[in-house]
Amino acid sequence: MSGVRVLVGTRKGAFVLTADGRRDRWDVSGPHFAGWEVYHVAGSPADPTRIFASQSTGWFGQLIQRSDDGGETWNQVDNHFEYDGVPGTHQWYDGTPHPWEFARVWHLEPSLTDPDLVYAGVEDAALFRSTDGGQQWQELAGLRNHDTGHAWQPGAGGMCLHTILQHPDDPGRMFVAISAAGAFRTDDAGETWRPINRGLQSEGIPDPDAEVGHCVHRLAMHPSRPDVLFMQKHWDVMRSDNAGESWSEVSGDLPTDFGFAIDVHAHEPDTVYVVPIKSDSEHFPPEGRLRVYRSRAGGHEWEPLTNGLPQKDCYVNVLRDAMAVDSLDSCGIYFGTTGGQVYASADAGDSWAPIVRDLPAVLSVEVQTRT
Amino acid sequence: MIRVALPAHLRTLAQVDGEVQLSVVGDVTVGSVLDALESRYPMLCGTIRDRNTHQRRAFVRFFACEEDLSHDEPSNSLPDAVTSGAEPFLIVGAMAGG
Repeated sequence: MSGVRVLVGTRKGAFVLTADGRRDRWDVSGPHFAGWEVYHVAGSPADPTRIFASQSTGWFGQLIQRSDDGGETWNQVDNHFEYDGVPGTHQWYDGTPHPWEFARVWHLEPSLTDPDLVYAGVEDAALFRSTDGGQQWQELAGLRNHDTGHAWQPGAGGMCLHTILQHPDDPGRMFVAISAAGAFRTDDAGETWRPINRGLQSEGIPDPDAEVGHCVHRLAMHPSRPDVLFMQKHWDVMRSDNAGESWSEVSGDLPTDFGFAIDVHAHEPDTVYVVPIKSDSEHFPPEGRLRVYRSRAGGHEWEPLTNGLPQKDCYVNVLRDAMAVDSLDSCGIYFGTTGGQVYASADAGDSWAPIVRDLPAVLSVEVQTRT
Repeated sequence: MIRVALPAHLRTLAQVDGEVQLSVVGDVTVGSVLDALESRYPMLCGTIRDRNTHQRRAFVRFFACEEDLSHDEPSNSLPDAVTSGAEPFLIVGAMAGG
């Protein structure tokens, strides 16, 4: 029987939401790791019973948990994230050199093909890899050691590596994004990297079209068309048709092009979803109306999706890792809010209903599909 | 035996209910107690002190005999009452945040 498992990370634990393919009745399990911040929970595409979770607090630091039974039980794996060599410095908020310091794991990206291979994007920005299911982590230091690394600066939320996209056919190619350095690409499985930020314009930095320094909030890709990337930048929704070599703005008729989350329909590579947020200082939907916007043309032309979403007095945010899609025939779209709601649409965004309303603030949402 | 009281989240990780009791070889110091604790409960590595530098995590405090030992050198000997097991060594999550 088809079904979905929605993996939700929150400020105070993780939750696993399951439903059959109709997606109208949900079982909620959790909180797992109660009281801890769970920045991300991600399942292995190669073995869906294997799930990784990033668990942390300001008090007790970073842990990584792994489940091998679909989230029923969990075991702690390695939490030793040590930068390769002498870490050096990046720029601090005031422009002074600041030592690279590990803070937390923002994002876990299991391999598309190997259940033992998983990547971790961390703050201060770096990419780590485990080839043994999380038992040991090694930094892919070529990213942080890029010529521009010393000039990277944190965004307001810290200098985090928050997005990791794997090319579906070329295991050497990956994309990552860092706030506030920008997007980067490797073509040799992480040994070397180069910035892919041409075409980005950011008014908040001294040189608006600099090679690095852009506050990229999120990247998205459809696996059938991996050279086409979509980006929610601090301001601006962007698109690249050449694997990041250049970008053009596709914000079009959005009510605001600030936002965090962006994702692509599972079966329609030109159908893209964003959640516009009013501004960089007002992190809530414009006019207190929670609207997902959908473009069926790969950008430029957007339609608001409101059926089932609150259209008054709604002042939540939707964070960068808090939107996901399933791959059932009628594509499901999911997102979580800082108000603790997780909304689901089983009809590609035409109508929405909350799965849960009162979780802690949602940090991340991922979906596993059973077809 | 050295008695160590852990905060609730670390008791959950270590899967213990009350205080833990540790055998410490040599001088009983903050450092040697933490070495023994992490050796017996490796799931606590990195939660109390940095895995690389062994620096105490900022929001963790060490108390014993109604004294704050958080800023003492890790090589300083702990009070006799802790060494004898009369008093526990308290590892505390600082009151900060929500």
